[in-house]
Amino acid sequence: MNQPASAYFIEDRHDPNETHTLAVLVQNEPGVLARVIGLFSGRGYNIESLTVSETEAQKHLSRITIVTTGTPMVIQQIKHQLDRMIPVYQVVDMTQTKRSIERELAMVKVRGQGEHRVEALRLADAFRARVIDATTESFVFEITGNTDKINQFIDLMRPIGLVEVSRTGVAAIGRGPEGM
Amino acid sequence: MSDKSHDPNQMTGAAMIVRALIDHGVTDIFGYPGGAVLPIYDEIFQQSQVQHILVRHEQGAGHAAEGYARSTGKPGVALVTSGPGATNMVTPLTDALMDSIPLVCISGQVPTHLIGNDAFQECDTVGITRPCTKHNWLVRDVNDLAKVLHEAFYVATTGRPGPVLVDVPKDVQFATGTYHPPRKSDVHRSYAPRVKGDATQIRKAVSLLAGAKRPVIYSGGGVINSGPEATKLLRELVEVTGFPITSTLMGLGAYPASGKNWLGMLGMHGTYEANMTMHDCDVMLCVGARFDDRITGRVDAFSPHSKKIHIDIDPSSINKNIRVDVPIIGDCGNILGDILQVFKAEAKKPDIKTWWQQIAQWRARNSLYYKKSNDVILPQHAIQSLFEATRGRDTYITTEVGQHQMWAAQFYGFEEPHRWMTSGGLGTMGYGLPAAVGVQVAHPDSLVIDIAGDASVQMTIQEMSTAVQYELPIKIFILNNQYMGMVRQWQQLLHGNRLSHSYSEALPDFVKLAEAYGGVGLQVHKPSDLDGAIQEMISVKRPVLFDCRVAALENCFPMIPSGKAHNEMLLPEQANDEATAKAFAGGKALV
Repeated sequence: MNQPASAYFIEDRHDPNETHTLAVLVQNEPGVLARVIGLFSGRGYNIESLTVSETEAQKHLSRITIVTTGTPMVIQQIKHQLDRMIPVYQVVDMTQTKRSIERELAMVKVRGQGEHRVEALRLADAFRARVIDATTESFVFEITGNTDKINQFIDLMRPIGLVEVSRTGVAAIGRGPEGM
Repeated sequence: MSDKSHDPNQMTGAAMIVRALIDHGVTDIFGYPGGAVLPIYDEIFQQSQVQHILVRHEQGAGHAAEGYARSTGKPGVALVTSGPGATNMVTPLTDALMDSIPLVCISGQVPTHLIGNDAFQECDTVGITRPCTKHNWLVRDVNDLAKVLHEAFYVATTGRPGPVLVDVPKDVQFATGTYHPPRKSDVHRSYAPRVKGDATQIRKAVSLLAGAKRPVIYSGGGVINSGPEATKLLRELVEVTGFPITSTLMGLGAYPASGKNWLGMLGMHGTYEANMTMHDCDVMLCVGARFDDRITGRVDAFSPHSKKIHIDIDPSSINKNIRVDVPIIGDCGNILGDILQVFKAEAKKPDIKTWWQQIAQWRARNSLYYKKSNDVILPQHAIQSLFEATRGRDTYITTEVGQHQMWAAQFYGFEEPHRWMTSGGLGTMGYGLPAAVGVQVAHPDSLVIDIAGDASVQMTIQEMSTAVQYELPIKIFILNNQYMGMVRQWQQLLHGNRLSHSYSEALPDFVKLAEAYGGVGLQVHKPSDLDGAIQEMISVKRPVLFDCRVAALENCFPMIPSGKAHNEMLLPEQANDEATAKAFAGGKALV
C-alpha cells in the first residue's frame, strides 16, 4: 500500500456509516455541555442534532440527546468516551435498543396568499400541524414528529412560500415501563 | 485556634488549599507564584508541612510533578497563577493525560467579578484545559472548595489516572468558609471506575491462554499505574505460564529486562523478536496497554492470526484501534490476580518449546546491533556504558524525546517499575530535565539521570537553576549530535535527506552553561574517556550537565517504516542506502 511520506499510518476506512441516537444523562453543572460538545469536535465525531434540558431539577440532572453518525467502531468509541466523562451518569444508545420513540418540534413560517394559504392549511391538517400565529399573508405552524415527518412537511411548504424554520433537535425516550 | 468558640474548620480558601494538600498526604509541590495565587503562597509561607519547590517556568512545575508522580505512584501537585501561569501548564497537563499520570494542578484565577472582563492575567483556564485534563473545576464559592479539592484528588488517582485542575479565583482564596476533611463516605455519584474484571471473560481468557501454541504477553504503563501488586502478579503470570513478554515504552520495568522471558520493547523502534512474536502469535494478552499507533504499525496487518485478550481499566481503550476478542474491563492487578488463580487451578503450563525456538531464531538476528568505533562515541554505546556504570545502583532515568529516548529504551535495562520516566504519548521535548527535578525531590538520595538530546534539553534548561537552588544532584546526560536527531532521521528516510532546520548551527557551550547555573559541566569526545567521565558524573553530588559528543548522523534502528507491518522491520544490517530507499519506497515516490 502506498501512502504519503508520514510518521503516521494512514488508513482507509471502508465501514459504512450508521446514524445513532444517544441519550446522555449528565450532572447539570456549569460547562457540562461544553465538555460533551468539545469531545465531539476534539475527536472529530459528528453531531447531527443536539437537544439539552434539565430533566430532574432536584437531582441536578440534565438529559442530552445526540444524533450522531459514524462507523460501528466509531459509534462504540463515542459511547465509551462519553461514559468516561466525570459528570456523565449514563449513556444509552436509543437506536441500539430498538425500542425508543423519537420526536422533534419545528416551527415553520409560511408566507402566501389566496390558493397558497388554503393549500398550506390543508397540508398542515394532514400533518397534524397547528397554527400558532397568523396574519393575512402568513402562518406559523407548530409540528411535532420524527425527523422524517418534519423534513417532509418542510419540503411541502417550500413551493407554497416557506420563510423560515426553527427546530428543536431530537428528544428520545424508551418504550415500556422502565426508565434509562 | 486557642479560642474554643472558634471553629477550626472555619478558614480562608487559601488555607483550605494547604490544609487539603496536607490531608491528602502531599509533602512536596511544584509551583510559581503570581498575582492570582498570592493568598495561597502566603499560607505556604506560614507552615512547614508542605515543601514548595520554586521552578523557573510553569511547564517545569508540571513535568516535575509528573516525574514525582511516576517515580512514587503518588499524585504530583503543581501550583500556578492565572493567565500565562495556567497556559504554560497546558503542555504538562496534556502530557499527563496521554500517559495517565495522576496530577493535581491548582491555578489561581482573577476575582469572580472580573471573570469574563478580559482582566489582567485572565484566561479561560477551565475552557483551555478542558480537553487536556481528566476533569477540571472552577470554584466560585469557598464552601465548595473542600469538596472539589477532595474530588480532584479522587478523580486524579482512581480509575485510569490523569491530570485534574482546580481553578480558584482570588476572592475565593480570601473568603472564609467551612472546610471538611476528606471522608470515605464522599462517593462520587457519576464517576465509579470499575476495578473487578468480569468472571466469564476471565475464564474465556484463561482458556485461550491455556490452549495457546504461540502466545505473547504485551504489557503497558497500566501495570505500573496499578501498583506494585500488579507488577508482582505480572511476573508471576510469566513464571507460571512460561510465556514470552514484551512491553510498550511506558511499561518498561514491570517485567525485568534481565528476565529470561523478556523480548525487549515492541513497536516502531522495538526489537525484531518482540515485533515478530507479536505478528506471528496465536494468543495475545494485552495488559494495561492501548494499541497505540507507534505499537501497531499498519493496523490491518497487525498480528493477523491471533486471538486478543485486552485488560484495561478504561472501556474507551477497548476496540479503539484494534478489535479484540476478549475485552476485560478493570484494574490490571485485580484481573491478573483472578487470571492467575483460575489458571493455576484449571490449566497446565502449555508446551511452547517450538515457539521459543522460533523466537530464538529471531533473537539471533541481533536487531539492536550497531558498529562501535574507537574514534567517535556511538550514542548506543554511550547508553550501554551509562547502564553498566549504574547497574545495581538506586537509579531513576528520565528522558527527553527523540532518538536518545529510543536508544535509552533499547539499551538501558530496567529491572523495576517506577524507574523510567519518559513522555510517551505526547512526545514532549523538554520533559526530562524538570521530570528529573521532580524525581530527585521524591528520592533525594537516589541517582537521577535525565538522558537528553542537545535540542530537547534546551527547551527546559532553565530548570537547572531549580536543581541548583534545591541542591538536587540531577545528572543531565546529553547525547549531543548537534541535530534534532529523530527529525533528521525522518528527513533522511522520507524527505530526500533535505535536512530542513534540523541542525543547530549554534549550540551553547554546555560546560560553561552548567557552570553559569552553578552546576558542574563535563564534556567527553573520545570513546576511551567515556567510562571515566561517567564515573566522575556519578560521584559529583551536584547537578551535572554532561555533554557527550556522539556520532552526528547515527540512525535509530531497528524500525518499522510507516505504513508497514510488524514483520516488515528494517534491521540495522539491512539499513544501507539501497534497502532504506526500498523500505520507504511508498514515501519516496511522493517526495
